[in-house]
Amino acid sequence: MSENVAIVGIGYTSFRPLTPELSYKELMYEAAVKAYEDAGLDPRRDVDSFVTVAEDLIEGTSIFDEYVPDQLGGLLKPNVTIPGEAIHGLATAYMQIASGIVDVVALEAHSKASNVLTLPYITAYAMDPVLNRPLGANPAFIAGMEMTRYLHVSGATREQCALVVAKNKRNALYNPAAAYGAAIEAEDVLNAEMIAYPLTQQDISPHADGAIVLVLAAADVAESLTDVPIWIRGIGWCNDSPTLETRAWGRAIYAEEAGKRAYRMAGIRNPTEEVDFAEIDDAYSYKELQHLEALGFCRFGEAGLITAEGVTDVNGILPVNVSGGSLGVGHLLDASGLRAVAEVAMQLRGEAGARQLPDIETGLAFGWRGVPSTSGAAVVLSN
Amino acid sequence: MGMRKVAVVGAGMTKFVRRAQETGKELSYEATKMALDYCDLTLNDVDCVVHGTAPDTFDGVHMKGEYLSDGSGGWRKPYTRCYVGGGTGVFTPIHGWYHVASGMFDICLVVCEEKMSSCQPHPQGAFLTIFDHTTERPLGPNLLWIFAMEMNRYMHTYGLKKEDIALVSVKNKRNAANHPCSLLGDADITLEDVLNSEVLAWPVQRLDVSPVTDGAVALVLAAEHVARRISDKPVWIEGVGWNLDTAYWTNRDLCYPRYVENAARMAYDMAGITEPRKQIHIAEPYDPFDYKELHHLEGLQLFDRGKAPEATALGITQRDGDLPVCPSGGLLGVGNPIAAAGLMKVAELFWQLREEAGARQVPGQPKRGVAQAWGDLMQVGTVIVMGV
Repeated sequence: MSENVAIVGIGYTSFRPLTPELSYKELMYEAAVKAYEDAGLDPRRDVDSFVTVAEDLIEGTSIFDEYVPDQLGGLLKPNVTIPGEAIHGLATAYMQIASGIVDVVALEAHSKASNVLTLPYITAYAMDPVLNRPLGANPAFIAGMEMTRYLHVSGATREQCALVVAKNKRNALYNPAAAYGAAIEAEDVLNAEMIAYPLTQQDISPHADGAIVLVLAAADVAESLTDVPIWIRGIGWCNDSPTLETRAWGRAIYAEEAGKRAYRMAGIRNPTEEVDFAEIDDAYSYKELQHLEALGFCRFGEAGLITAEGVTDVNGILPVNVSGGSLGVGHLLDASGLRAVAEVAMQLRGEAGARQLPDIETGLAFGWRGVPSTSGAAVVLSN
Repeated sequence: MGMRKVAVVGAGMTKFVRRAQETGKELSYEATKMALDYCDLTLNDVDCVVHGTAPDTFDGVHMKGEYLSDGSGGWRKPYTRCYVGGGTGVFTPIHGWYHVASGMFDICLVVCEEKMSSCQPHPQGAFLTIFDHTTERPLGPNLLWIFAMEMNRYMHTYGLKKEDIALVSVKNKRNAANHPCSLLGDADITLEDVLNSEVLAWPVQRLDVSPVTDGAVALVLAAEHVARRISDKPVWIEGVGWNLDTAYWTNRDLCYPRYVENAARMAYDMAGITEPRKQIHIAEPYDPFDYKELHHLEGLQLFDRGKAPEATALGITQRDGDLPVCPSGGLLGVGNPIAAAGLMKVAELFWQLREEAGARQVPGQPKRGVAQAWGDLMQVGTVIVMGV
């Protein structure tokens, strides 16, 4: 099923801790204009369908999809909102094109996290109202609990997790769109303020604002638009249990299943050999390790070791989060996965500037919806 | 790329009630189990699950799609929620349709659930947050007001009287008396009852409006090769369309839903329908208010602009008329658990086209039907055409 659908336009804003002078509509508009210019398309004439990613309570507006068509050029056209990870939105755009009902889709995701003054309280509303919410657990506490379990069953260490933070923040120094680049060492991470053991303040990705728009097109249209279409070769997504007490702790089953499905569709048998680089969710430092294992880049319990060996460094065999990831760029809520996809596509085009990886053909992006979800999506892209 | 044929092979729904004792997960489970049992499948046969549900504020649950995932069968399966406000109920099977039509999956479970009663004292409170936070919310508008404005505009443009419109409510509530899941079916309701009901926001009176409701509906979709094997009479999804107009509803003429027309034309093009008035035998347009059925029939190109009230008065839209409209009883009669209500309309087409609708059965062996939903700020149209 490869080479049906390609990314033909990429646009994104810079990612910043605060954007008081811009509304979410202006962020979306900026990303959309860039993506349409990149694709050489006029949205009113050439784009058949619009997919956006948003959750009502994050936006502070119920039925948020009301407010998306105007700034995307999508008036009186097919529009739908996916309240999911942005890679779920990518899957939606992919299937709309692969079904044959439309040829060109614009996909949008954004974060205006700086507008959300009470994010932990909103996240608490995502807990099961009867069984889990009365526990009054802060999201960082739940992540800390999962990290404790992960370190216990995998044998990974806090130091190895801290290496992820140092790597990603250092990578972000080469990404002009990143908000949190820093030259720090693992020790700085370990010595930072403890938020919820074993998570320190530096283990948790800080939020950023920004928007990303991608334009996707069917093969024949894509080939007429660009010399470097970035093909969606495989895509997979999966949910585990939504309640805290009935899920797998330690292992990321949702990522294992999402990865398997994406690889099967892409015809990939051995991801360590066939995938050149990856942008995978690192909302918390340990998540990069846990997701690396779940996505088949190493055996369970080895992600910390290969990280310490430098395998996932920018010069390693499998560069991971060369962009800086969520730890370095800033966490974009449900838009994080689309930023990862945009990075993989830019790298595959050879347009990643100072952080460009040499000799790459295939990359993977993986997004997770964050605490308390067990919802993730993976996509394999090739040039 | 080849577009695969997709059929509906199973349907199930809970009773639509004012205040369900079950959680949203349990309602979803009940409908899902019924739909799977209908076509003798189990969750192991299901490749993917799609879910539709309206504002998270109803239940006070953030990421409501995640919360409802296990009740809907989405455990350790590909699962997504889609959302176009009140249009969600008809969009969710469209979302399921491209899961299968694209070749990604063979069997897709489509679930829509709504539990409005959790929102106390009334879900209108939750609707306050659908308005633009800068230009509209400070005015404290609610849905009854803005729909009253739209209804006024429709009546003014075509010189209609309340009596012309109230007939829709009478028809649908009477139809719903034959629906085993209905909340407000009433075989004896009269035009006077509607016209004498309490005024909420002129010209909207209590019996012009569908009720606050809890409920869930589920469908099973299958690719052609599976559908032909497991179903004696698959109901094919022949056309799908969806369309969204600007958020600035104050800048539009509210007398005609262009977005419904665009969505309908998209679906009709796909289905090869050139003369909808001849080629469509049953319509289930969205009827949260009685005037909306008329408005939508015109947007669906089934009657000329301003002419749907006359057709209603002539009995054309009765269950035994030339074009039965809302034979289910619609939202006005069966109830309006928002996303579930839209999917109920699609389920009704499934039962009608299979001639399994019992006392509600439309005569004359109907071959093709259209279902439509509407929502957001009077802004979105979602349309599905099904046939046997």
